[in-house]
Amino acid sequence: MGAYVARRILNYLVLLFLAVSLTYFLAATQLEPRQLYELVNPPLDPVSIEQNLRSRNLSDEVPLLERYWTWLQNVVLHWDWGEAPRGGDIGGEVGRRIWVSLRLITLGSLLGTVIGVLLGAWTATRQYKPSDRSTTAASLLILSVPSFVIASALQVAATKINGATGVRLFEFVGETGSRGSYAGAAFADRLQHLVLPTIALTLINAAFFSRIQRNLMLDALGSDFVRTARAKGLRRSKAVMKHALRTALIPTGTYFAFSIATLFTGATFMEIMFSFHGMGEYGVTTILGQDVHGTVAVVAFSGACVLVGAILSDIAVAILDPRVRLS
Amino acid sequence: MAENLLEVSTEAPVGTPTPVRGESKRLTRRQLILRRFLRNKGAVLGLVVILALVIAALVGPYVTRWSFDEVDRRAYLKPPNERHLLGSTQSGRDMLALTLRGLRKSLLIGFLVALLSTGIAAIVGSFAAYFGGWFERISLWIIDLLLVVPSFLLIAVLATGGSRGPYAWLLLVVLLAAFGWMLSSRVVRSLTQSVKEREYVQAARFMGLSAPKTIVRHILPNISSLLIIDATLNVSSAILAETGLSFFGFGVQPPDTSLGTLLGEGARQVNSFPWLFASPAIAVVVLVLSVNAVGDGLRDALDPNSASGGSAR
Repeated sequence: MGAYVARRILNYLVLLFLAVSLTYFLAATQLEPRQLYELVNPPLDPVSIEQNLRSRNLSDEVPLLERYWTWLQNVVLHWDWGEAPRGGDIGGEVGRRIWVSLRLITLGSLLGTVIGVLLGAWTATRQYKPSDRSTTAASLLILSVPSFVIASALQVAATKINGATGVRLFEFVGETGSRGSYAGAAFADRLQHLVLPTIALTLINAAFFSRIQRNLMLDALGSDFVRTARAKGLRRSKAVMKHALRTALIPTGTYFAFSIATLFTGATFMEIMFSFHGMGEYGVTTILGQDVHGTVAVVAFSGACVLVGAILSDIAVAILDPRVRLS
Repeated sequence: MAENLLEVSTEAPVGTPTPVRGESKRLTRRQLILRRFLRNKGAVLGLVVILALVIAALVGPYVTRWSFDEVDRRAYLKPPNERHLLGSTQSGRDMLALTLRGLRKSLLIGFLVALLSTGIAAIVGSFAAYFGGWFERISLWIIDLLLVVPSFLLIAVLATGGSRGPYAWLLLVVLLAAFGWMLSSRVVRSLTQSVKEREYVQAARFMGLSAPKTIVRHILPNISSLLIIDATLNVSSAILAETGLSFFGFGVQPPDTSLGTLLGEGARQVNSFPWLFASPAIAVVVLVLSVNAVGDGLRDALDPNSASGGSAR
């Protein structure tokens, strides 16, 4: 098992290195940090622009490979991910934003996954009954709506409720806001800000996982071993829970491992709609701000997340599924 | 061929009793699929809605009172009224005309991307499985590489650096297709692996048919049900991806418009001027929902293991 995992990890690391290098070349050729300086009013002296860019390893007059080499040395030797075009350390920014994203997505994705798996398993046992039809239709509807439309709809509803009750029940700008001075006010404030994004993320995740789980569960319910279990005289509930659901959970486990890791940058729309300054938002602002190093850092981070997810799901399969032989 | 065989077999061979009257007549595979699809009301409704939207997007601009880039100097940011049925924007453009224009662009992008990316998936997946060896290794490796990078950000980078102009959206189509084929290509590969060992493929090979011809004539038709389903679902995911990119301003650029561009502008003022957001949002949801419903219906109709169409007849 150790050697197997080590080989997979090595393979993934090479992939990640290539992907990040490729992104560096793309970002360095497609984005133009010089623009930021040239659009300034009053205009800056070209010589000082060049100096500024060169000092941050961003000048397009330096050959691309040379810039890449400097950047790579900094990253590998000093873990220095470079500077934004207008100054500002990228590594520190990323380190801060990771936690913001984590706070935003944890609750919603966990709730969504659990609800989705339960819903999917339950509807599979009631195939083509009204409850199954309506759940399937609802999840299809949710998956057909762009996530920022869901967020906007929730915000409009929250504004209406706030207006109707006269109390600011829901907050949807940022992570924290003005708060009272009672005990636990800070916590309550954060919770208030989390309610809407959590509802949105829960809806989306539940819809996604219920569809997957329903299909898996239908396969499992139709399989021979469940029929055998019933034929032996096992109660239906036991056959469903112990034999069908357990088998059907294996692939979901891999999906879950994968989705947890990729959610960091997958919640971009939620972060922007609810003004959480996390990694997803950073990806968009760096590209809009012609920030080569920032973009590469976000891509590297999300690539690393995908790989962690892939490794986790490999391990999950190896542990959960006795049919997988590793040698 | 298969259809002919089935039809011949309904004629009673010599020596067997004539079929009992009242036994339902045999169906060709095509008829069977059509029946199973038509039984799924959601899918049929979805198909009708898609057709209606396509017709609206094509014919609409000739029927509506305003063209999408026309500025009405007497109606800036007006809610829906008789003059502008769906209201007008800050710059005095008609929302109905803009939504139709955006719908047209989103439909175009969705269908083109689906066609391209399913095509790439089919070719790469089937060739990789058919040839095996180093070719397969390299393709799998490229697939893994493309799966590692966050496609959304890379498309955004490439679209920002790309050219501007009336045809810039074609670049978006190419990019969305280039980053959207990997997962289905893996499925195509694993299906091809099982199909390529079948007798008819072997026979074609031993008769000296070239590899590309074997793949196109004998392998791809046999995994066509997957490809059809995949293409349909790709339409909806491409539309959603385009919407997301345009929402941030990475996609279709003004003065041209797409549903995502409209949504991006509308979302900022949704509380004060909801009509700027409502019509493109409804258009996207209805469109994507119908495409997904058709995809589901196709999956049920084409998948021989599916029981959702009721009994086999």
